[in-house]
Amino acid sequence: MRTVRFFLTSPAGIIGLVLLVLVLAMAASAGTLYPNDPLSLAGRPLQAPFVNPRFVLGTDSSGRDVAAQMFHGARTSLLIGISATLVAIVVGVLVGSISGYYGGWVDVTLMRITEAFQTVPNFILLLVLVVIFGARMDLLAFMIGLVSWTAVARLTRAEFLTLRQREFVQACRVLGMGDLRIIFREILPNALPPVIVYASIVMAFSILLESALAFLGLSDPNVASWGKLIADGRRVLRTAWYVATMPGLAVLIAVLSVSLIGQGINDALNPRLRRD
Amino acid sequence: MLLSIENLSIRLPGRGDRPHAVKNLDLTLQENEILCVVGESGSGKSVTASAILGLLPPELKVESGRVMFEGRDLTKLSPAELRQVRGAGIGMIFQDPMTALNPLQRVGDQIAETFRIHTDLGKAEIRRRVVKLLTDMHLPDPELAARVYPHELSGGQRQRAMIAMALALEPRILIADEPTTALDVTTQAQILSLIRELQQRNRMGVLFITHDFGVVAEIGNRIAVMRMGEVVETGAADDVLNRPQHAYTKSLLAAVPLLKPPDRPPPEDGLEGHAALSILNVQKTYRRGLRRTVALKDVTLRLRRGSTLGIVGESGSGKSTLARCIVRLLETDGGAIEIGGADITRLTKQEWRKEARRVQMVFQDPYASLNPRRRVGELVAQGPVIHGARLADVMPKVRELFGLVGLDPEAVDRFPHEFSGGQRQRIALARALAMEPEILVADEPVSALDVSVQAQVLKLLADLQRKLNLSMVFITHDLRVAAQICDRVAIMQRGEVVEEGEPSRVLVAPQHPYAQALISAIPGRDWAMRRESP
Amino acid sequence: MRLLRLTLHRLAVSVPVLLIILCGVFLVLQLAPGDAVDALLGQMGTADATLAEQLREQYGLSGNAASRLVVYLWRLVRLDLGFSVSYNQPVLDVILSRLPATLALVVSALALAFFAGAIVGVAAATKFGRWQDTLISLLGLVFYAAPSFWLGLMGILVFSVWLGWLPSGGLQDLSANYSGPRLVLDMARHLLMPTVTLATIYFAIYLRVIRASMLEVLSLDFVRTARAKGLRESAVIYRHVLRNALLPMITIIGLQAGAMLGGSVAIESVFSLPGLGRLAYEAVVQRDLNMLLGIVFMSSILVIVINFAVDLLYAQIDPRIEAGA
Repeated sequence: MRTVRFFLTSPAGIIGLVLLVLVLAMAASAGTLYPNDPLSLAGRPLQAPFVNPRFVLGTDSSGRDVAAQMFHGARTSLLIGISATLVAIVVGVLVGSISGYYGGWVDVTLMRITEAFQTVPNFILLLVLVVIFGARMDLLAFMIGLVSWTAVARLTRAEFLTLRQREFVQACRVLGMGDLRIIFREILPNALPPVIVYASIVMAFSILLESALAFLGLSDPNVASWGKLIADGRRVLRTAWYVATMPGLAVLIAVLSVSLIGQGINDALNPRLRRD
Repeated sequence: MLLSIENLSIRLPGRGDRPHAVKNLDLTLQENEILCVVGESGSGKSVTASAILGLLPPELKVESGRVMFEGRDLTKLSPAELRQVRGAGIGMIFQDPMTALNPLQRVGDQIAETFRIHTDLGKAEIRRRVVKLLTDMHLPDPELAARVYPHELSGGQRQRAMIAMALALEPRILIADEPTTALDVTTQAQILSLIRELQQRNRMGVLFITHDFGVVAEIGNRIAVMRMGEVVETGAADDVLNRPQHAYTKSLLAAVPLLKPPDRPPPEDGLEGHAALSILNVQKTYRRGLRRTVALKDVTLRLRRGSTLGIVGESGSGKSTLARCIVRLLETDGGAIEIGGADITRLTKQEWRKEARRVQMVFQDPYASLNPRRRVGELVAQGPVIHGARLADVMPKVRELFGLVGLDPEAVDRFPHEFSGGQRQRIALARALAMEPEILVADEPVSALDVSVQAQVLKLLADLQRKLNLSMVFITHDLRVAAQICDRVAIMQRGEVVEEGEPSRVLVAPQHPYAQALISAIPGRDWAMRRESP
Repeated sequence: MRLLRLTLHRLAVSVPVLLIILCGVFLVLQLAPGDAVDALLGQMGTADATLAEQLREQYGLSGNAASRLVVYLWRLVRLDLGFSVSYNQPVLDVILSRLPATLALVVSALALAFFAGAIVGVAAATKFGRWQDTLISLLGLVFYAAPSFWLGLMGILVFSVWLGWLPSGGLQDLSANYSGPRLVLDMARHLLMPTVTLATIYFAIYLRVIRASMLEVLSLDFVRTARAKGLRESAVIYRHVLRNALLPMITIIGLQAGAMLGGSVAIESVFSLPGLGRLAYEAVVQRDLNMLLGIVFMSSILVIVINFAVDLLYAQIDPRIEAGA
């Protein structure tokens, strides 16, 4: 509760929250405002924004409604961002907590695997996965999560390494508490705050990864995406620069909102700014 | 007069429990004297030390008053003028010599920096002086000490290097902020005698901040006692220590454990058949990669049922390792630990979990030993709940335990951060007692506490032990504490028990050379021996 | 001696990591529908079963999984990455021809991000809590949030299309036929925008890291010691704080090396640079799995080498580092 109150005194957090609500509203209203397939041809190509009331943001190079793509793109970005982050956090926290708590050969093995994932450039690994498994939306979220969990695992492990030395953990062991209960009920709640802050970075990065993939034309072909719209705008950059500009700004705002919220949570949790 | 602090007030930020860290403080320091400023945590003694050289953290501001040194008010100097005083006119050393040195710079370079800042000496001359300084600090190999990095020195050697740095330019004043608190007793004794030696040679004034009256008795010429940012009493060391005037000073001194053990009749019959715990030839070796450290070498000890066994030693003696082996936080490599005749080291992990309630432990750090996210009542109930009881059924007993350890039974719904250090240690004690253990292992349970709180917790432990007929293993680095509470003490050094016996015998007539050294290193030993219980 | 021990330790760690990667890659190959021979035949336009069997024998693709894995690993040890049908060349040759452009891009972006991040981050930390700090932190967040490929497009729009100051793509002006220093200068001109766009997000990360670690170090005891000696504040910062604060930054370089190589895929596509990233993209479009896995292998080696260098650099700065710690 106190954390929420502190969050609301952080300007970064509030601005982030406002921006995120904006993006959320876009995603939520996409179905109602633009019930038709945003990727269907709607009118004359390359209409400028704010001219034709039917296409508030104009049309792209093949005559699809830019506004419809923007709204449905918000949906894609958020869905991918949230579900990929969940995957990354679950995998990362599991690997990190077990690695940090048990140490020894368990730790060595898990850390080598983590390092292996970290060593392969994550975007290239993503490309490999896309080539092999295809780019359906649900798969894509899972795959993006799968290339982003390593930092979460390292962070969780580091927290566990310090926390497991803490006397309250030893006290639980002296009481005869089982390992799983110590890991998930006693240590994990104390290790989570930095992980939650980091989740915002993972989510921001997931949104960026999806947009880059869509920009290269390698994401789900049946789903509208900001990255895809930027790719379309690229073709007409010299004549109709606004087609690429608007979705790029949308990505920027979505990622910024998530980062700001992360910053707000961090401010709220940071003992330096908080004196009890 | 070397230094005079006049009417100094320093504001605390925000809405703390008090508006000032230091209020209307008056102190003077003469040439060739050691003034000990003594007080408990939060008394404002360290803030005073930092304020003199303008080293206060930015959120603390000097509100009024003067700090006069060589005819100038240090609080009014410009940053550049103040820098000329720092290191040259007034040197300063700090509590933790590990963190007080830059880990990435060679020790010699860090000392040389003082010369480079304040003098125009050439490189070779500075080098020569650094080595000379380190020689004066009685470092075994000064040339080598100058070349190594801080982590390659021991704690005592690092503090010597710090002192060398502070005294490089022979300042007229040395401010020492708890310089021996992080050190072992024998090292502390060496550093104290080094400080006194250097002080007398240079006729320096030393402002010595400490919380330990033993250290005060050892080194102080004059004493100022601080409480809540104010000086309550000043005077010659002998007067304040032996004839305190102010009620607070009296209560503080009364809380300092006497070195004379209370008279306890030894049990008439022998140990046979009365041992609650037998530690037999226990071995423990830490392995890290190829490196091996022997932590316990063939340790054999017995704890008589219903009595307290003190295990005393410095860092690295193996005393904490032994405590952790007894509760099976660590596995032994050899030997046996018998409780009620059964060797617990042979139990499987699962079997031990069921038996765990027989031995419980209280830890050193009351801030780290309670999970900050659980209510204290829940924490105390945790043990029985793990072993199958329902929380609601345990709660009445938890309240009862709270009463037993001197806490308000209605406080069970609060979180750990709402309690003071001493109260938290009581909660930790209640948690251990909730399991109704036969044996209580207390690992430095009072060393993180202020002396007055320490006395209360020790008294509580002694009372409970009598009332519940507990058998207790009491781990401590402080012989004074051990003498108060233990029926027998064992002194450990490098993994071995070197001396064992009744405190009255061990303290007065130790046999082993290390035990003798340890006892003679007790700060203020002569004074403590002379004291009678009030 | 210490460095030698560290080197050996690092090698001992890297080998299993590489092995895990290769086994992973092998697993991926097993999961892929059809094998390299199917792809080969597909591109040759035949489906001759005997030819396929011959080729499988030749590539070690017959037999059980374990023996295939051994054959595969042995091939990689000899740096035999196979043959790319779409390029009609050995995979290794194609990759090596594309490596220099990517290396130039990644190294210059890394250097830019590191130094700019360090300078700006230190500035923010020394003005902690003031408006300069807030502004820098906010800019950092915006830089972090901007998708690099989009920034690249915007850069092309402004500096190439509108202002005409910088080339919009390629590694050099092919029509001008420069040589010697002129060629280097021309390449630098071509690499300027890609470098800046790739560096942006890492600049933002480094800036944040160094700011946080400066604030952390500033609160440590030895800083107070340095001040108590009478050292000037600027000397305290540069001689004592900065060196300690750089340590987490250096760690980050190693961690981010892979991410940066990945980031070059989109950037090289935007600026039509003939590098590894663009090659990866082309491999995906052409479904050239052999090529793609070759790139995975080579970029992993590259990341391991970078990490190796970073670890040694770290050990140079921090005397406390010991092998195995």
